[in-house]
Formats: sequence, C-alpha cells, structure tokens
Amino acid sequence: MTAAAAQSSRDPLLSVENLVVEYALGGKTVHAVSGVSLQIARGETLGLVGESGCGKSTLGRAVLQLRRAVSGRVLFDGQDLTVMQGDALRLMRRRVQLIFQDPIASLNPRRRIGDIVGEPLVIAGIKDAGRRKQLVRDVLTAVGLDPDLVAGRLPHEFSGGQCQRICIARALVLNPDFIICDEPVSALDVSIRAQILNLLEEMKARFGLTLLFIAHDLAIVKAVSDRVAVMYLGRLCEVGPSEQLFARPAHPYTALLIEAIPVPDPDVRPAESVPVGEPPSPIAPPSGCRFRTRCPRADQRCRDEMPELRTVAPNQYAACHHPLT
Amino acid sequence: MTGAPLLSVEDVAVDLPTPRGNLRAVDGVDLTVGAGRTLGIVGESGCGKTMLSRAILQLLPRKAKLSGRVRFDGQDLVRLAPEALRKLRARSLAVVFQDPMTSLNPVLTIGTQLIETLQEHLELDQAAAKRRSIELLAAVGIPAPEARLMQYPHQLSGGMRQRVAIAIALSCEPKLLIADEPTTALDVTIQAQILDLLAREQRRRHMAMIIITHDLGVVAGRTDEVAVMYAGRVVERAPTHALFKRMHMPYTEALLAAIPKIDAAPHTRLPAISGRPPDPTRPLKGCSFSPRCRYVARRCHAEKPLLAKAESSDHEFACFNPIHVEAGVSA
Amino acid sequence: MATLELSVSEDVIVASVQRTRRLGPLFWTATGWMIFVFAVAILAPVLPLPSPTDMDMLERRAPVSALHWLGTDGLGRDELSRLVYGARISLTVGLFAPVIGITIGGALGLLAGYFRGRFETLVVGSMDTLLAFPPLILALAVTAYLGQSIFNLTCILGVLGIPAFMRVARASTLTLARREFVIAAQALGASHARILLRELLPNVALPLVAFFLLGVAVTIVVEGALSFLGLGVPPPISSWGSMIGEGRESLEIAPQLAFIPAIAMFLTVLSFNLVGDTLRALTDPRQGAL
Repeated sequence: MTAAAAQSSRDPLLSVENLVVEYALGGKTVHAVSGVSLQIARGETLGLVGESGCGKSTLGRAVLQLRRAVSGRVLFDGQDLTVMQGDALRLMRRRVQLIFQDPIASLNPRRRIGDIVGEPLVIAGIKDAGRRKQLVRDVLTAVGLDPDLVAGRLPHEFSGGQCQRICIARALVLNPDFIICDEPVSALDVSIRAQILNLLEEMKARFGLTLLFIAHDLAIVKAVSDRVAVMYLGRLCEVGPSEQLFARPAHPYTALLIEAIPVPDPDVRPAESVPVGEPPSPIAPPSGCRFRTRCPRADQRCRDEMPELRTVAPNQYAACHHPLT
Repeated sequence: MTGAPLLSVEDVAVDLPTPRGNLRAVDGVDLTVGAGRTLGIVGESGCGKTMLSRAILQLLPRKAKLSGRVRFDGQDLVRLAPEALRKLRARSLAVVFQDPMTSLNPVLTIGTQLIETLQEHLELDQAAAKRRSIELLAAVGIPAPEARLMQYPHQLSGGMRQRVAIAIALSCEPKLLIADEPTTALDVTIQAQILDLLAREQRRRHMAMIIITHDLGVVAGRTDEVAVMYAGRVVERAPTHALFKRMHMPYTEALLAAIPKIDAAPHTRLPAISGRPPDPTRPLKGCSFSPRCRYVARRCHAEKPLLAKAESSDHEFACFNPIHVEAGVSA
Repeated sequence: MATLELSVSEDVIVASVQRTRRLGPLFWTATGWMIFVFAVAILAPVLPLPSPTDMDMLERRAPVSALHWLGTDGLGRDELSRLVYGARISLTVGLFAPVIGITIGGALGLLAGYFRGRFETLVVGSMDTLLAFPPLILALAVTAYLGQSIFNLTCILGVLGIPAFMRVARASTLTLARREFVIAAQALGASHARILLRELLPNVALPLVAFFLLGVAVTIVVEGALSFLGLGVPPPISSWGSMIGEGRESLEIAPQLAFIPAIAMFLTVLSFNLVGDTLRALTDPRQGAL
C-alpha cells in the first residue's frame, strides 16, 4: 500500500485500492484484475496501457461499478463506490462518465442524436425540455458539431469520428468531474485520431476534467497523459510520469512494448523481435511475476515471489525483482 | 528492373452501383511489383485499398464493375477463365486477411484446412501433406505443431491464428503474397513478430509481397516501395526511404505528422488534418484532397492532378503544389 | 470546425443496394393483397353483401351468377359473403393469437435476455416444457374441456405461440445487451426499466414484428386446420377452414366450394409470409447499422 499511497501527493480525486475483479467463463475463473492500486489527482490524465487481455478495460468498468469487484475499494472524492447502491450510486454516476472504443456501437441505432445526448439530462431529472435542448446544443457545439444539422439524425448517418464526437458530447453534457476513456481512438482512422485527441485535450481544459485514458497504443497514451501506468495480466508493472517512463523504462515489459512500436521512420531498423511468444491466459496466470514466462531476465525468485510496486526513480514505481534501471 | 514485373496493375478502376449513384472505389490505379520485392499500400479507410486488393485477386463483390488490366506472371487475370484462375490461386497468388477468425473455417481443424489446401493444389497424398503441414506450422513459429493439427481455430489465440493463416497462404509456395492489414487486429508485441515472420519467409522464398495497411510505421522499415492511396487513387508512389524523407504530397506529409510520435513530449498538440475524406459517390471536380490541404491553390479545385514523375523515375506524385520539389518540376 | 457531411461507407452502400432490390413488385403485390383483405374484412357489414347465414335451399351449390358472384354453398348461402365473413374470423384469430404471443413471449424474452441468471433459466425451461406438448393435442384437450369458442381458440393458439416469440426476443436481446450503447446507458445510471424500454425495446421490436407477420400466417393455417377438422370455430360461425371442411363433401359436384376458400387462405398466408420474410431480411443486423 505504501507505493500506492506515495504515488500522488496531491489530494486524489480517484483512489483505487487493491482492486480484484474476477469472473466466470465456462466453468473457469478469469483473473482479470488481481490487486491493482492507483491514484489519480484532480486535473490529471493517467494513461493506462497494456495489451489485450491485461484487464485494463475491466479495471475501467470496475471503477464505474459496471462490474462489481470481488474485493478492494474505489474511492471517488473520498466516497467508497464499492459499497454504494441504488440512488446514491446513480447520483455519483453523473460525475463519472465513460467513452468507449466503438463509437458507432455506443449509440442506440434507433434514437436520434438529440435524444441520445439529452438522455443523461433526463436520467438526472432535468424536466424542462427547453433547458435540456439548450444544454444539448451547447455541448454539441463544443465538440465541433452543428446542432441544427446533427440533432435530428440517426447514428448510422455519421462516420466513426463524428460518432465519437457525439459520444464525447454525451459524456460532457452533465459537466462531470472524471471521464474514463476506454480506447477512444483505436477504431478511428489515423487522420481522425489526431482530431479526437486534440478535442479531448481541449475539452479537458475547458471543463476542468480528470481523465483515465486506457489504450494499447503507447504513443497515443504518451501524447495525452501526465502519468502512465503499464498493466500486464491483471497487475500493474510500472507507473510513472510519461516522459520519464518512456525515456527510462524500469520494467522489462515496458521496454518490450516500447521496442515493438513500429516507428514511421525508414532509418530506424525495426529491432529483430525477441521471440517472446504469446501472453499466458488470465485463467491460469503464472505464479510469482506474471511476466516471467516472456521475460529474458526471469529467474527462480521471479517464479516464487510476486513483485510489488517499488520506487525505482523519483515518482516512478516498478513491480520487478530485476528492474532495468 | 530487369524484365517485366511480376504483377502489373494497369489503369484498374472499380465501380459499385449504389442507390446514391455510382461509387468509384478505385479510380484508375497503376502499380507494379517486381519478383521478390515488397510494396506497401498505405491509406485510411475508404481510400480503396481493400477494393484494390480484391480487384487484383479477382474477388470483387458481384455487382462491382472492373476495368483495366491485372497482369500477373504474364497472364491477364481479368480475362482468365475461372478454372485457370482457381489453379493460379494458392499456387502463385496467396492472401492473408486481417481477421484470422473469419478467414479460417471455424468448424474445420487446422490440420484439415492445411492438408486440404496442399492436396488440392500440390496434389500430395495424405501422409506427405501431413508432413508438410507440420513443417509449415513449425516454420511459422507455432510450438507443438503436431498437436495443433487437431485443434480448431477458436482454441488458438489471435496471433497463433494469424500464423496459421500465413502457413496456409505460404503452403503452396506462392510467387506473390498479399497481406491485407495482417496485424491490425493483433497486439503490438505480436504484431512485430508476425511482421518479422512475413519478412523472413519472403527473403527465404524470394517471394513478392504487398502489405496493405493504414499504419505508416508498419511500412517504414519493411517495404521497398510505398504507394499512398487517397479517395480511390494512388497519390504518391516512391521507394520507401524517399517517401518518408522527401515526400511530395501534402497528404503524405499530413498523415505522417498526425501520428503521435513516441519521442514527442506529452500534451503537444497534434497537427490534425481537418475535415474528412470525400464522399465516394460524389467525387470532386478537382483534387480530392483539396478541401483539407494546407497548400491548396486555385488550380487544385478546378482540375484533377495526374500522377507524374518527380526527379527520379521511381518517385511519382499527383499534385499541382507539391512540397520538397525544386523549381520547374510539378505534375 | 468539422462541417457535416453525410458519411457513406462501402458496406452500407452495398447493403442498401440489396435492400432496395428486395422491395420489388412481389413485395408490393403481397402488401396490396393484405391491405385488400383487411379492408374487405373490416368493411364487411357495410358492404352490399347478402347475409352469410341466409339459407336458400332452392339455390344450393348454384354456379356464379349476377345474384351470387361466387355461387352458393351446400346450404344455399352466398359464397362470396361467406368468404368475406370468413375472412373476419380467420383474420381475427390469426391476428389476436400472435398478439398474445408477442406481448407475453416478447416481454419474457426481453427480460430473460437482459437479466440472465436464474430468471432466464426458469423462463427458457418453462418455454421448453410448453413446446414439448404436441400442440394440436393440447388444443383439442382445451377445447374439449372448456368448449369451442373463438375466444378459447384464440387463447390456446396464442399461448402456444409464446415460446417462439420468447426465443426471438431473447436472441435479439442477448446480442444487443452486450453492445456498448446499453453499457453506456448503465454508466449513465439509467434504471433497468429505462434501459429495457428506451434502449432495448426499439431495437428488438423490428425482428419481433417481422416474426409476428410470419406468426399470423402460421396461425391462419392452424386455425384453418382445426376448423377443417371441426374442432376450431363452432358453427354457425365459419372461417375459411370450416368452409373448406364443408366443401369437402361436395368435392365431386362443386369443387369450387372447397377451392375458393383454400385459394383465399393460400394467397393471404403467402402474402403475410412474403412481407414478414422481407422485413426479417431487412432487420438482419449485419446490414448497415440497423
């Protein structure tokens, strides 16, 4: 707990403590998240990066209580979300929103955009239709869409990038404090990604948001995050400030991820990839350090003892018995 | 280049009829690939790259109209009889698709799919085909290949499935392999391994390869030549190094700039390209990129630029106002 | 910043081509017939038709004439009038029975697919049990015990249709409940009721309605079969099925008495099938964003 407590000196808006999320799949248990602790300060963007199956999306959903954790706590602005139910939880939801990976699937294909973006207002109990309409107009304009052209149409008439703008508008309409972005640009074209990332940064500044940005693309995560957490098979490998983490990664997995990124520069010869094989299944994660089966530095200690997050540099923590730095 | 290229795409156009009018998915594309060389085709969704690959493979949807020529190994694929075309596939022309879950038959074992392909095209007997299958699976880096023969696609991970798809594609020693977004659905660490595998196999077999992708990073270190597509046309074509270092098309420059770089500082504003690709059923009179181009001039709205050569004959671009060009050279 | 242009992706285009192709002349003819039959059935009392129950023993099995446009049946009753009034019965049962199916079955399926768990197991199990009963025997047993009437008939046919609607609704809900827009609604704090009614129902409704039309077709045939056997609507009320049954006696001398209602039934069932099939094809989730 010491590392988690030391992660943020400022008053954290979100504090996840030892969260464990498991679910059943065909008779077996999937250990999606196995004891993750992190903190996000007000106004900060924390990037959460990892490959498929590492549990980052599950973590995002668990924070919002869309998937109940087996154990652990989620403190939002001091209040424990894991013990909240019913109306109290519903009230809290207005302050925490979620943006998904597939923007078109995130919109009900049978409802008009104006209704979709206004839905949070209805659920929040704003009865005045005129006021709702005005709020919807304001937020659609803020994300760069013309409400007169957009509000009456159906989702399938829009491109992926536009749908994502609509989803962002829906997330912003209640003026939340915290937004979890779950792979918001992965399904979009390269030229549109940049637009949406810029939009998110703009909205963050304008609305004073705190963001948890979940993605598998390191370069994108680095571009928008103040701090980055790297996740592997349900556990955190490394946490640290963006610039520092990428310049001097301490955990071998972080280094592996950085090396694997295809660089759009023909002078950079792609390093002959080390045949590290496939990631193990979260149903039967390896004992001790979960990365040991693909780690060139693994030894007996890694098999016997699960590493905890330890300080390896100022504000940088890695869970490794043999860190790189 | 000595001799005729292995694949020569000549003025290929693909039209799809739609209730909103004719959709010109591919608008007069010329490309060549020499034996043993790798061509990268880069573009965003809707640029026509997938339709182009289908046109080369003669796998277009039924309503599509194809014009132009596709010369492969001396034969014009467009005019080839279906039986001859079928024989050509797998033996000379192979393809790997993006999603191995849908390109592999989910109800047949890996072994069945591999062995059937070998028997069909190489006319091997069961035992020989089985031996060869095990060799192939080992060559693509699948551990315990004999056991894998009995498994079904859903029992393997995405990376493994893609390796199997590659094994099937390579099984009959094709002369040309078309890889359509082969790693887009895979994790970045697996992506690197798959791309290395393709490069290795290509060198070993002296095979030609076309990699179709939206990711400029994928083509940067792994191709000899790159063609950039936009709105159904090839807008720039050059040897890889020249394309990245001295590109002439504003679109290429903008695309490269829009990619977040790993060594950039956080919170730097990305130079995004404003607007969206044009509606393919309503083609513009002038250059398709003109509404979004920062170097746009009057002429760009009025006429469509044609592909023209730059200082060297391998570098072509289609622009009235290109960048990095000395005075006196323009399309 | 971004000016709005309607987006067009290749899949949506190719799909919409196929979509318009299906709404061809066959579809419109079928719809036309359906509307015609409905109109005639509803307007029957105001149409200038002789009473369907007026017997004229002198004009039994009369051929087509100016007085009787389709002739008369074995008891001298006007065939055309009987056909029209028979339509009322066949369509009434044909429509109301599936309505029972779609409301109860649809609701059960929606709830089962959304809540999953033990509730779903219970629902699916009881539906399977219901399906295990041979339907005709069940219908017979009920009518024998409770008596023959249109109401009883409609109820029993309606109940027998519930499992099928439950299956369609559940299948649809299972696919949809996992999609992000439902999770988005949950993340907004929407209540279950709101999610079921505002998010899921509008999407599940289309495949259900398409299936409903097919259900109407099937019900008309089943009611026809029961009435043919004399176990459906009680005399003197007659539906197309009982008309066919009565016409069986005169097959050699006046075959039209059996064939005319049979053709009417055939055309109507065919039309419902065509329209229902077309709608079902249109609501295939792979096509576009429907």
